[in-house]
Amino acid sequence: MGEVKLLQGNEACVFGALAAGVRFFAGYPITPSTEIANIFARELPKIGGKFMQMEDEIASIGAVIGASCTGMKAITATSGPGFSLMQENIGFAAEAEIPCVIINVMRFGPSTGLPTHPSQADFMQSRWGTHGDHPVIVIAPYTAREAYRETGRAVNFSEKYRVPVIILMDEILGHLRERVEFKEEDIVKEVNRKGPEAGVPFFPYEHTDDWIPPFANFGSGYRCHITGLIHDRTGFPTNNPEIVDQVMRRMNGKIDKHIDEICRISTVDVEDAEIVIVAFGSVARSAAEVVRIMRSMGKKIGLIRPVTLWPFPDREIKKAAEGKKAIIVPEMNLGQMVREVIRTIEGETPVHPLNRIDGELITPRDIIDFIEEME
Amino acid sequence: MGAIHEKYLRMDKLPHIWCPGCGNGIIMSSFIRAIEKLGYEKDEVAAVSGIGCSGRITGYMDFNTLHTTHGRALVFATGIKMANPGLKVFVFMGDGDAAAIGGNHLIHSCRRNIDITAIIFNNHIYGMTGGQFSPTTFRNKYATTAPYGTTDPDFDLVNLCIGAGASYVARSTSYHAKMLTDLFVAGALHKGFAVIEVITHCPVNFGRRNEFDTPADMLRWQKDHAVRTAKADMVPMEEMEGKFVIGELIKKEKPEYVEEYDRLIETVRKGDAHRE
Repeated sequence: MGEVKLLQGNEACVFGALAAGVRFFAGYPITPSTEIANIFARELPKIGGKFMQMEDEIASIGAVIGASCTGMKAITATSGPGFSLMQENIGFAAEAEIPCVIINVMRFGPSTGLPTHPSQADFMQSRWGTHGDHPVIVIAPYTAREAYRETGRAVNFSEKYRVPVIILMDEILGHLRERVEFKEEDIVKEVNRKGPEAGVPFFPYEHTDDWIPPFANFGSGYRCHITGLIHDRTGFPTNNPEIVDQVMRRMNGKIDKHIDEICRISTVDVEDAEIVIVAFGSVARSAAEVVRIMRSMGKKIGLIRPVTLWPFPDREIKKAAEGKKAIIVPEMNLGQMVREVIRTIEGETPVHPLNRIDGELITPRDIIDFIEEME
Repeated sequence: MGAIHEKYLRMDKLPHIWCPGCGNGIIMSSFIRAIEKLGYEKDEVAAVSGIGCSGRITGYMDFNTLHTTHGRALVFATGIKMANPGLKVFVFMGDGDAAAIGGNHLIHSCRRNIDITAIIFNNHIYGMTGGQFSPTTFRNKYATTAPYGTTDPDFDLVNLCIGAGASYVARSTSYHAKMLTDLFVAGALHKGFAVIEVITHCPVNFGRRNEFDTPADMLRWQKDHAVRTAKADMVPMEEMEGKFVIGELIKKEKPEYVEEYDRLIETVRKGDAHRE
């Protein structure tokens, strides 16, 4: 460590994934995530991994899930329209509890939108994009350094909790190149899914103490059945209401059960702040700059930055926002995360949305003007 | 049920959900006979299916089984084969899976030529949802979404796959059960992507709306309309009208996808690969 590199956000994701043991990528070209596919195509064969360019994004996520069934760590990357196409199979991975990681480098939508412009309008889709109640983890890095580390963390979470994990980037973060100085805490350690225990009767969807059933990889001698139909602990379909209720509560609840490990926020000067900005992704870079500038002017401004977006870090944000004069939530959308902030704070502190939907980044100037006008 | 069924089926999951008279059971029996002939261990077989009546087959067979989303079985199977080439991968699809929602994956699987055997249950109807016409329903047939007869033209899946570059394509019917077993064996032994279309019968949702009084009438129709490849060339064109050819329709050598990629890995690791 102590290593210094010039890294692009998209590039950093690839190296974070490789460090976590990813050996399979399937994807389809789309702006602004394409560099991720390009770099995987170059790097994977060097280490005996496999890269596939599929016929569409539905095929890409399908191949990723298939590869994961054999125990290989697998990932895909896409942007807006491709992320929409992947939703059904993301639901399959959530329901069948197959580890996989999806990187969505957000671009401006809806539809083809502004393909080369940034957006944060997939905040809600990343959580609720597929039909039915389902578990998912969403992580939003804000620097190239964090893109490396958090992609590694995403791979490990997917393996540990048998859940699809989404890395939510945006066009700016994906394409910017910056100096990255790796430190001790950036080391990505490999985590592997839990397998069946010798001498213990094996059920592929057992309600274990930690609520995470062990996974028997295809070809390992267990001959499991995996289905997107609601299934009992044996893996076979059931519509017994009592069992359906139990398995749905376990499958969804397994994330809440481990929320302390999964949720992560980062704060800047929040303790004595009167006004707190809540921002994620590249907008959080502007917000950090605002804190620096306004502190130098003697204004008490702070920043709360959710790194884990879903599950939304309710407790952490509620605690950090306590007793503040106002909360500002700048987002490159018409107001999505702000709803979560309002829900979390429950009317204790006034919450102000600040939105841009012209395809441009919210600048430090935008936020400073907003604060000054508010005062 | 014989010993072969007890060996390869998950007996505790029976009876199956298929309607009385359905052809799917015949295809499943033919398939497990093929596995017996091939001598594959159950642990090394991965069976992947889509959605619909045919999709349920994976629940009944004692292999590594994956029941995926509608039309997507081939891409899940592609990921499995790439990640673990030691597995013998079989895909089971209906005509809705293969010809409609998953048509894109079918043609690209033919193009890629990955070593997977794909079996299409073509009963010319959406059975599970109650008898809607599919891309393989013949013109002027009745369906719940074609109460006055279909106006849509139909796909010929065999020609579609040959056109898409498949290296092995065969067709048979649920009447020709023994031939099915032979074709499944041949498809599995073929190095590359093998497609076997099985013309099968759905008495409940196709037959009874289209003047087939019994399942046996549908099997008789298959027998009367299927022409074996060996004979097909000798039958005058006008007599082939409304009939279809069964047997191996194409079998050729083409580079296999996983082997090609493994070769690439080897070249890259030796530092010999040319990069732009």
